[in-house]
Amino acid sequence: MKTLELALAKHPFFYNFPEEYLRSIAGQAQIVEYKEGDILFNEGSDARKFYLIVKGKVALETYAPGKGAIVLQTVEDGEMLGWSWLVAPYKYRFGARVSHKTEMIVINGEELRRQCENDPRLGYELMKRMVHAITFRLEQTRLLVMDVYANRANKK
Amino acid sequence: MIMEEIKYNPEAVKPDPMVPAIYRVESFVNETADTFTVTLSPSGTTVADWVANQKQLDAAPGQFNMLYVFGMGEVPVSISAGADKNRLLTHTTRAVGAITKAMSVLNVGDMVGVRGPFGSSWPVAGAKGKDVVLVAGGIGLAPLRPVILALLARRSDFGRVVILYGARTPKDIIFSEDLKAWKKQPGVDLYITVDRGTKAWRGSVGVVTRLIPQIIFDPANTVAMLCGPEIMMHFTIDALQKRGLSGNSIYVSMERNMKCAVGLCGHCQFGQHFICKDGPVFTYDKIAGLLRKPEI
Repeated sequence: MKTLELALAKHPFFYNFPEEYLRSIAGQAQIVEYKEGDILFNEGSDARKFYLIVKGKVALETYAPGKGAIVLQTVEDGEMLGWSWLVAPYKYRFGARVSHKTEMIVINGEELRRQCENDPRLGYELMKRMVHAITFRLEQTRLLVMDVYANRANKK
Repeated sequence: MIMEEIKYNPEAVKPDPMVPAIYRVESFVNETADTFTVTLSPSGTTVADWVANQKQLDAAPGQFNMLYVFGMGEVPVSISAGADKNRLLTHTTRAVGAITKAMSVLNVGDMVGVRGPFGSSWPVAGAKGKDVVLVAGGIGLAPLRPVILALLARRSDFGRVVILYGARTPKDIIFSEDLKAWKKQPGVDLYITVDRGTKAWRGSVGVVTRLIPQIIFDPANTVAMLCGPEIMMHFTIDALQKRGLSGNSIYVSMERNMKCAVGLCGHCQFGQHFICKDGPVFTYDKIAGLLRKPEI
């Protein structure tokens, strides 16, 4: 296995992923280091890339008038970032800013999507992992909505 | 009369567990806008007081006392540090009801009543030679603090020590100075996350359970100790079990309304258990069938 294939195989998102697919995905990927403050993408921009965080921290943000940028969540070691490349209309729903020096595997999402269209087996395997990750994210969001640490005495 | 100078046989005197011993407030620290820590010194003058004091000062990590604000009533409050050489009781709680709100305006020199210590404790001895994962949510860090201090005092007795702490916002983080000190301690992995960040916050944002896939521990040789809102513990248990931890290695500290604290009144009944007497610390195996049941 080459460096990128190995890096992909070691990332939790691609755990036990078929080797032949890793090889072809590695062909559209690169390992990139970002520094603190780098903007990966802005809210509403074209979703062309799929990010796998090897080490570091990225803040998912949105903007609220009068409040500025609000961090919704940080995405960290071993997590994936950005699924909008897979979902029409292929626009990022939130912005992403690097909040600590971060090493990532950056995959060409448009090319990966084309490969998924052409090879449903790859598409299904990838989709299972995306759904798993999205479910985990949804579960966390539901927990956040519950506001479990709130002081009930202050709630009306 | 200085009670400590006199040799008593503590077995000869059995203090009534329903009678509070008298303590003096020695210090009061606001941890956050609604959470505070008080330290208390024994001030009773009877032999029964002295015997009760010794038990209270020697409480095991995870146990609690009933604190009595005179004229208001009693509430269970976590012991948030073991009594050090100064022989002070340390309690941390949050102002949520009439009694804890009255407690939140105590001053140094005020007197309170203390009954206890009550309940089961964290398995410090049972964790020897093992990795220890501690997961605290919100004020749940208070009952875990004595066990963290005990583990760090005998650091070489344990494997990895991983502390995960989730708070609502950065300004709701309690024991900030301790957290800074623990983070610096060799052999301690400490992760803090908040549900809602602020502009100044540069740490993690998200629920505490999401940290579990990232941490390093040996599932076959790990003890986990959890304290926080029940729903948070439920998801934490789920995440730990996905990592391979068995139910009898996961300890949770449960909470219900308590009144007598000695298993008589039934206020804190939790299925076949009384939280005050059989808990508050249970292995997950013991209560797995009871968690997340709306009727319980």
